[in-house]
Order: sequence, then structure tokens, then C-alpha cells
Amino acid sequence: MSRDIFILAMLDGMSYAGLLFLVALGLTFIFGVVRILNVAHGSLYAFGGYGAASLGLWLGQGSESAVASVLLLVTGAIAVGIVLGTVLMLLLRQFQDRDPILQLLVTFGAFMIFEDLQRMIWGTQPYFVADVVNQMGTSELLGVVYMNYQLLFVPGAALAVYFLLKWFLNSTLMGRQIIAVTHDREVATALGINARRIAYLTFVVGAVLGALGGALASPTTSLVPGIGADMIVLSFAVVASAGLGQITGALITALLIGLSRSFCVYLAPEFEVVMPYLIMVLVLLARPQGLFTVVQARKI
Amino acid sequence: MRSLLLNTAAVVVIIGLAMAFPWLKLPLILSLCYGLAALGIVVLLKAGQISFGHAMYACISGYVVAFVGHRFPGMDGVLLIALGTLASVVAGMLIGAFVVRYREIFFGMLNLAISMVLFTVLGKFYAVTGGTDGLRINRPTLLGFELTRDPFEIALLVLVVAISLAAIWGVQRYFLSSSGQALAAIKTNETRLEYLGVSAKKVLWKGYVLSASLCGLSGSLFGLSQGLVTPEMGYWLRSGEFVFIAILGGAGHAVGAFVGAILYEFLKMYAAALVSGSWQLVLGAILIVIIYFLPKGITGLMNRRKRLIGGAA
Repeated sequence: MSRDIFILAMLDGMSYAGLLFLVALGLTFIFGVVRILNVAHGSLYAFGGYGAASLGLWLGQGSESAVASVLLLVTGAIAVGIVLGTVLMLLLRQFQDRDPILQLLVTFGAFMIFEDLQRMIWGTQPYFVADVVNQMGTSELLGVVYMNYQLLFVPGAALAVYFLLKWFLNSTLMGRQIIAVTHDREVATALGINARRIAYLTFVVGAVLGALGGALASPTTSLVPGIGADMIVLSFAVVASAGLGQITGALITALLIGLSRSFCVYLAPEFEVVMPYLIMVLVLLARPQGLFTVVQARKI
Repeated sequence: MRSLLLNTAAVVVIIGLAMAFPWLKLPLILSLCYGLAALGIVVLLKAGQISFGHAMYACISGYVVAFVGHRFPGMDGVLLIALGTLASVVAGMLIGAFVVRYREIFFGMLNLAISMVLFTVLGKFYAVTGGTDGLRINRPTLLGFELTRDPFEIALLVLVVAISLAAIWGVQRYFLSSSGQALAAIKTNETRLEYLGVSAKKVLWKGYVLSASLCGLSGSLFGLSQGLVTPEMGYWLRSGEFVFIAILGGAGHAVGAFVGAILYEFLKMYAAALVSGSWQLVLGAILIVIIYFLPKGITGLMNRRKRLIGGAA
């Protein structure tokens, strides 16, 4: 393997891991509230991508400024996350006390609905809005020319989100309330926390993160029907290997999966798509609760 | 006696419908195939586990049928079905030994992951598997008879109906057996089950192999009736459809899976005809409504009636 390919694979992997991390983090957040894996999370990713692309086409045409484009991407993601997150949360609230399997299937039903809605709104033609990539230009790293968007912006955004969330959860009142509610809803309510409001907030934060992943992916991938389905399975793999509810774990696992995938692209392309699942299977073989989970005592 | 009557009635209705409306034959075969697979999911639901990867067994069996059919062109259809199912039983034994250590989300995700590996491998290795185009299955002889398309479909329908009835009977018997009761106990309280000296893993493993073999059986029949296997057969959305059908029918009784499957197939057909291109939307909405009003599925409704009648007497 030449040095150039090594660097390319590293950079690709980091940028990909950044996206994966955002989506998986959203999934973990939502899991914290409803205690089920949200299958409709893939739709959040897809809608985030489409929403941001549409906003860019509508408002961002002809603009030269990268800041404006980034703002449009983020605004699109936040809007999509709040709207879809609220819809999903209201839906799941109707099924609060049901069997978790049934709740999981409700999100599956929602996923099916969203999938067709997306097809109705945006059609089946690929969408591709790459203005922001061109605006950010390229830079050279050790002899390899790379797009700034993927080199700096996406991993930077993922890291920024990571540190921001860490700070938010550990150092603000609301963040601590979120931790309390996710940890034990009943006790948190007894302590006077408005669990309903906090749960809603957590859910929407998770939804926005999922949509943000899609929005940041939109300039470098073409948006076609089915991207949601692929992404959801991948982010499941990240969350399950990291352990549910693990933020730092999700970051490390996303990096692991992102890097190994991009090395596969250059070295053994047949295995590219299989790689995340192989890693997940291997991780769960060694640590059944995920890499970073502390094993809990069994309840009798 | 009563169940015998019901069975005969079901057979007469299904075969009669297929005779009266020949276009119904294939949808009926396909929906019964889906029913067999959903029955496999019902077995797991009994243990409170859910798998988003069981379509891989249908896929494994379908591909084995295709491979063997190509390698030995004269082989009989029934033997092909048996071989295909056997492949799934073996795969289920191996994969099962690994996944029964996990519960709930991890169980579901592992099945999903393994099925995605299979799906990808089938799609990538074009030379062996025909890639995403899949493999054609030539129409084999059935019990030594060489049949043209129409009689072949009728024979297949009769075969599928017979297999389905046998499967309903067998799975119901299994649920009533001590092994089946222990399986249900995994859902209610696994720790207590272990305290009774029963190995929950072993119990779940048996259930898992049963469910894998039912999905495999469904896949062999599905492949033969379609004359084609594609990697799509093993995609996770297909597994999701199986789960959908199992929930629609309800886990209360084995027959639910088939009722659910027939309903599902026709809902899909009508939804596709009514609002072309957005049948998923209709089905998704139906799924949510069903879960809201009928969390125990259609058989739950039947059981409730039975209980009401029993209460009145």
C-alpha cells in the first residue's frame, strides 16, 4: 500500500466516521428516552439530507459564501429534526406502556410511511447539491489533494457536537436532568423533574442529530431512495457494538467502523459493505453487552 | 373433530378459490410461503425475541435450491425443497448456537447483521451467485411428474397447503410441549426458568432452529414458485415483512401467521393497485393502526371471542 492511499483511506474514514457518529449518537439519545431502537431513524437521516439539499437549492443558489451554505445545511437539519422528532414522539407516546417489540414495530411502520412520503416529495431522481464543497475549496496534505469539506468540516462538526454534548450533559442543569431521566425515569420524576418535557427534549435532540448526519452527508453523496434503510442498519451496528447509551463509545466505534470501511474500499472493495457487520459480530462475540457498557446485575 | 372440519374447510376454500380464479394461484402460494416464514417469527415471538434477519434463511434455502437444481438438473422438486430446508436447519443450528446468548435488541441486531453479511456477499460475488440479478430456477419434476406451468402451480399450491397445515399442527404441538412451555417462559421470567434447572439457551436454541427451518422451508417453496432467487430475498426489509405478518396474525395461535400472510398479500396487492407507488405508506399506517387496536393480532381477536363465549356458558 502506497503512502498516498494510506492517507486517502485515513481521511475518507474520518469523514465517514463523523457522519456515522452523528447518526448513531442520535439513535442512542432516542434509545435513552423510549428504550427501543428507533427504526425510523433512517428516515430522519434521509429527510435531513433531502431537506438540507432543498433548502440549499431554494435559498443558496448563486451564493458564494461557505458560511451561508453551512448555515442552510444546519437550519434544514434542525427544522427536519424538530418536525419529524415531534411527530415520532407523539406517535410513540400513544404506545408508551405496550410491549417493547410492538413499540419497535411502530417505528418500523413509521419508517415505511416516511419512506414513501420521501419518494412522493422528492421523487426518485438523485439529488446532488455540492455548492458548499466547492466553496470550501481544497487543501494539500502530505502530497494528497483533499476537499476541505471532508477533511476539516465534517470531522470537525462531529467533534464539536461531541464536546458540546459532553459539556451540555455534564455541566448544565438541563443536561443533568436528561441524564437523570434516561437513567431512571421514576426516580427522576420523584425528584421533581418534569420527565415528560425532558424526554421530549432528548428525543428531539436525537432526531436533530440524525437529520444533521443526513444534511452533512448530502453535499458528498447523491440522495436517492433507500439511503435511509442503509444508514439505519449501519448506525444500529455502531450503537450495538459501542453499547447502548454510550456517547464516547459511539465515537470510538464509529471511528473504528469508518476507518476499516474506508481501508476496505481501497484494499478489498468486495468486503466494503460487510465490514461494519463483521466488526459488530466480532465485538459482540467478545463482549455481549457492547464494548463500553458496564454489565448490569440481573433483576429477578 | 372441530379442528378437522376447520382444516377441511380451509383446504376446500383455498383450493376452490384457486380453481375458480386461476390468477389467484400464485398470490395464494406466495402468501402461504410468507405465512410459513411468519410462523417461524411467531415461534421467536413466543420467547419474546424478535429477529430482523430471518429472511436470510429463506434466502439460504432458495439459493441452495437454485444451486442444486443447476448442478443436478434431473432432481425432483420435493427433494430440492427438502435439501433447501436442510441447509437452513444446519445454518440455523450454527448461527443459533451463537445468537441465543443474546436477548432483545442484541438478538435482533445480530440476526440483522448476519443477514446483511449474507445479502452483501450474494450481491457481490457475481460469478457464483449471479449478483443482484440472482439465479434462475428451472421448473423441476414434482414426485416424478413433469408438469407444464399451470399444473405445476396447482401441484405446488396443494403441496404448500399440505405443508402449511402440517406446520400449524406441528408448531401448536410444540407450543404445548414442555420445550414450548419453557420457550414461553423465557419471555415471562428467564431467571426463574434457570432456577428450575432448565437451560434457557438450549430451549431458545431449539426454538431458533425450528424458526430457521420454517423460514427455510418457506424460502425453498418461494424460490420454486417464482423460478428465481435474488439477494433481495434476504434483505432486512423482507425480514421486517415477516415480523409485520406475524404481528398482524398474532402470536396466540400458529394459524395466525397464515391468516396474517393472506391478508398482507392482498392488502399489498390492493394498496399497490389503489395508490400505485405508495403501498408502503398504506401498509405502514395499517401496521400502526393494528398495533394500536389489536396488539394481539387477529388471533387475539378470536381468542377473546372464545373467552367471552366460554364466560357466558
